[in-house]
Amino acid sequence: MIKRTVVIAAAMLAAGTGSAVQAETLKYAFQGALNALDPYSLNETFTLSSLGNAYEGLTRRGADLAIEPALAESWEIIEPNRWRFHLRKGVKFHNGNDFTAEDVAFSVDRVRSEGSDLTTRVPADAKVEIVDDYTVDFVLTGPNPILNYEWDTFYIMDKEWTTENDAVKVTSASDTTPNYAALHANGTGPFKIVTHEAGVKTVYEKFDGWWDEAKHNIDTVEFTPIGSDATRVAALLSGEMDMVYPIPVQDIKRINDNAGTVALTGPELRTIFLGMDQMRDELLYSDVKGKNPLKDARVRKAFYQAIDIEGIKKKVMRDLSNPSAIMISPLLFSKSDEFERYPYDPEAAKALLAEAGYADGFSIGMDCPNDRYVNDESICQAVASMLARIGVKVNLNAQPKAKYFAKILASGGYDTSFYLLGWTPSSFDSWNVLDNLMNCRDESGKGSPFNNGGFCDEKIDQLTDEILVEIDPEKRDNLIAEAFRISHENAYYIPLHQQSLAWGVSDKLDVVLRADNQFKFRFVTKN
Amino acid sequence: MIGFAARRILQALIVMLVVALLAFTMFRFVGDPINQMVGIETSIEEREALRERLGLNDPVAVQFFRFITNAAQFDFGTSYQFRQPVSELFAKRIPATLELSFTSALFALIVGIPMGIYAGLNRESPISKLFLSVSLIGISLPTFFIGILLIFLFSVTLQWLPSFGRGETVQIGSWWTTGFLTISGLKALILPSITLGLYQMTLIMRLIRAEMLEVIRTDYIKFARARGLPDRLVNFRHALKNTLVPVITITGLQLGAIIAFATITETVFQWPGMGLMFLQAVQNVDIPIMSAYLMLTAFLFVTINFIVDILYFFIDPRLRVGRP
Repeated sequence: MIKRTVVIAAAMLAAGTGSAVQAETLKYAFQGALNALDPYSLNETFTLSSLGNAYEGLTRRGADLAIEPALAESWEIIEPNRWRFHLRKGVKFHNGNDFTAEDVAFSVDRVRSEGSDLTTRVPADAKVEIVDDYTVDFVLTGPNPILNYEWDTFYIMDKEWTTENDAVKVTSASDTTPNYAALHANGTGPFKIVTHEAGVKTVYEKFDGWWDEAKHNIDTVEFTPIGSDATRVAALLSGEMDMVYPIPVQDIKRINDNAGTVALTGPELRTIFLGMDQMRDELLYSDVKGKNPLKDARVRKAFYQAIDIEGIKKKVMRDLSNPSAIMISPLLFSKSDEFERYPYDPEAAKALLAEAGYADGFSIGMDCPNDRYVNDESICQAVASMLARIGVKVNLNAQPKAKYFAKILASGGYDTSFYLLGWTPSSFDSWNVLDNLMNCRDESGKGSPFNNGGFCDEKIDQLTDEILVEIDPEKRDNLIAEAFRISHENAYYIPLHQQSLAWGVSDKLDVVLRADNQFKFRFVTKN
Repeated sequence: MIGFAARRILQALIVMLVVALLAFTMFRFVGDPINQMVGIETSIEEREALRERLGLNDPVAVQFFRFITNAAQFDFGTSYQFRQPVSELFAKRIPATLELSFTSALFALIVGIPMGIYAGLNRESPISKLFLSVSLIGISLPTFFIGILLIFLFSVTLQWLPSFGRGETVQIGSWWTTGFLTISGLKALILPSITLGLYQMTLIMRLIRAEMLEVIRTDYIKFARARGLPDRLVNFRHALKNTLVPVITITGLQLGAIIAFATITETVFQWPGMGLMFLQAVQNVDIPIMSAYLMLTAFLFVTINFIVDILYFFIDPRLRVGRP
């Protein structure tokens, strides 16, 4: 530590002689820890967001989430199945190595290897052909309009560095020896990771050799995980932190009232929705025996119309949610305004139930996480009391995410009748939603693994296949709208809302609150 | 003596085995670790492959035997979250926890003993009554609440002390880091130590007060006073000395409790010690860290009990007499 302090002091001294600019340190906290630094070992927003300050992909996303060139200067589809990427010249890794086509080919191999959690970033059957040092071709087996949609978080690693340090194999939890890449990072990004003590502190420093012009004025970044909500907020209020996230909705007013801090809020991409078991012939948790009431679209619509979404928005979410009629954020789908929620109407819901033969209602078990989404358990409680008004008795089982997901996902045998879940398509594209949530599946989860309710509509499956290969954007969006319409008309899911992001920020700081909840230091200025 | 020690060691080993078994059974109910280790979009096949590689599909008996064999060699595996060996992670976290625990114990003693003496000697004075009311608060308020209260008073409102972390630390030797040598490190110690030590402080204070009241009524104190010895000598030389025996025993045992149950305080203050790591591990179903922590805690208590037993052997002659 002493040694490091000396080095930093020397660096500041050196910087001081060149210009009179003061060294700016950005201190921020998040609720969870940055675990391993290997960019392929965990497909999770916070990990990828943090590492995205040190590593970069061929593309990146701007403040408005639009895809921008990054390590690739430009790309073109030269044949329907062949994409050509022109790489940026003169890019250096943090250790001084040059970035070339070799590194891209290497990273593609590594990201698809065993132990990687990001294998879907590049299709398994795609081939990489190196044309020259700065040109790479991706050869696909079929057209794919969204090949590069997730590449902003598919980070390019240095082949030489990774091989030298014996880290070609992706860090996996089953490893018995620590992997070099899990403890060190060597990217091309605007910041390099100087020290990393998992769960305690991570220090970044500005990378002077970055290829892009720095718009930020930050020299050092210190990240500390703070798990307790109250402590995290206190650290911001006391001025020890420049930025903390997420902040609990009930603390937003306090942060705004405090001199020197503001709460930034904005819509998140995640859609919160309710799913229903439509696969089993008899529900696991219900007093209806011998048949499954949720297979009847009228019952599902009755559930839908019984839910007072504005009430949830006002009372549970404190106005920090946007009610949604479809299963994807309106920011991610151009035709989302064509959809409208079924109106809240308990009388109509009761009539629908009676029509389906359940005039006296029935009982049903509901599964809900209590530490995963904003106010998740309270939403479920609200839904339960709203359904009680139409005679449906809900037995709520709210539990921590570790137990919840183990129960309702494939690994738990889809052990649920009625559940609450949230979904953000990592590609920011509707196909991901259709593929993961809306296609048919078998009992083991083959097909759409997260279609926990297991409904099966062949028309949606067929549309999903067409959407995958449709290149024309207008036609593609029409197909997507058609698939969403089928889901809406049959009430296969009950979408609830997009929750809001909430960051607490010192007013000395200019930051960009990106809807994907990624915190990028390159957008930060401190004054 | 040797037979006595050997029996105790055997008993300790059995306790450790039972703890291991209990811990191991418990982990089957905390949730599925795989879900915490991969992103939500990871396919079922990949999840299964990972489960297989981690040996989570083996029969429970096989898993337990593997765990015991490795634990006996101090190998607790690799953390699911951090992808680092658990023993290394603990080695890094132990200094933080120990420094916090010792400072808390010191605080409890330095503040608790004088308060106890005062309250014992002047039982009717208003200050004593104040001490007693304060100690009631210390015993009845939950730790996390005291912590948050202190943070809002001293960090947010007054801005005197940091609300989280250890401040700047200095590396000593290859694995010990200390916060004792920097100003920010010392400042960071104050609030967590008070939070963690408050309960022990009140305990010690009440204990000393009760003992003092007891001792002062005994004949030899009365005689001492009758002999005209000055109050200072009677109170501190004769009375206090005799009250300290149970205090020392309790303090020793409480030190174990402080180290093992610093979990809550560490979480409130984001103190990078073992307890914080344990709670994070519970949330993320990081079984290797959880099991190592439970084994370590059990080991700590078993060791303290063993030492206490051996000490009794020396202190209490009745344990020695009457044995062949």
